[in-house]
Amino acid sequence: MSKRTVQFKIYRYDPDKDEKPYMQDISVELEASDKKLLDALVRLKTKDDSLSFRRSCREGVCGSDAMNINGKNGLACLTDIDGLPQPVVLRPLPGLPVIRDLIVDMTQFFKQYHSIKPYLVNNDPAPERERLQSPDDREELNGLYECILCACCSTSCPSFWWNPDKFVGPAGLLAAYRFIADTRDQATNERLDNLEDPYRLFRCHTIMNCVDVCPKGLNPTRAIGKIKEQMVRRAV
Amino acid sequence: MVNRIVVGAHYGLKDWIAQRATAVYMAIYTLIFAACALSLPEFSHEAWSALFANGVFKFLTFLFFLALFFHAWIGVRDIWMDYVKPVGLRLALHVVTIFLLVGYAGWAAQILWRL
Ligand code: SF4
Ligand code: SF4
Ligand code: FES
Repeated sequence: MSKRTVQFKIYRYDPDKDEKPYMQDISVELEASDKKLLDALVRLKTKDDSLSFRRSCREGVCGSDAMNINGKNGLACLTDIDGLPQPVVLRPLPGLPVIRDLIVDMTQFFKQYHSIKPYLVNNDPAPERERLQSPDDREELNGLYECILCACCSTSCPSFWWNPDKFVGPAGLLAAYRFIADTRDQATNERLDNLEDPYRLFRCHTIMNCVDVCPKGLNPTRAIGKIKEQMVRRAV
Repeated sequence: MVNRIVVGAHYGLKDWIAQRATAVYMAIYTLIFAACALSLPEFSHEAWSALFANGVFKFLTFLFFLALFFHAWIGVRDIWMDYVKPVGLRLALHVVTIFLLVGYAGWAAQILWRL
């Protein structure tokens, strides 16, 4: 295979050196084995080792290399480099404070995630073996448990941009529904109480940016609708 | 204390349902209104007044305005909640919005019962 060159336009910001962020034009020659955008970034780092980004698993399971790719949030490791319109414009996830280059501070995101108590609450004594579910009940959790907390969704959600401190955001709400839907969980009422709030849940205006970007193909809007449905069923 | 984020007002569902219910009513009313207006014998002030002289129609129309203003209240409040950060300013905007919408409702009643 002939050598391929990729042009990049990358958001750069090192708070220790730069007064303000700037866009760096840079290109890199790929090896035949470089298939994904992440491969290209790793290759690029051999050329300019000051470039900073997070990555770990390089196969879409750790959720650390989420970034804004040509205007749309996604995982670098799941994005094919061939076919990406050039120059490939890379920016950090929108709406979160930038630590350096493509690395953002996810504190707010995880704070919201933790606020929905993302763990099973069950006060019965633990059985000798695991707590069992029927296959049908287990089925309910599909499309919910697969979330890798990459934050692509929440950082593409305008409601989360405006109120990241108060609106739980699509990722947190998807996780909230994952436990509301779990038949082994005993805190359903508390969970619904916790979300029945004009900010925490009802800031979602069904804009559906979250569904559009989720690299795992999950549907937070649907989960949010289900939470509302549970609330209605409880109230009327 | 001032810097703590406080959430958990425990309302939201009712407003959300009300927003949908009022939207449905407005859609239904629009159909009724269109049907009534189109079946008028002629487009004259007399025919128009006769339509609104009907008690049921008056009632449905007033209900429409109430639905509209309540729908607007939730929508406008959403805008304040999304974009206005200072709490004092937000409160002031909420109050102004309520006063205006209640005023409009009274005004609508006045107009309807004068027709
Ligand atoms: S729902 Fe999808 S986009 Fe959002 S954090 Fe989970 S995996 Fe990422
Ligand atoms: S559907 Fe709701 S959570 Fe998803 S992007 Fe839109 S406002 Fe945000
Ligand atoms: S590196 Fe783990 S998801 Fe991309």
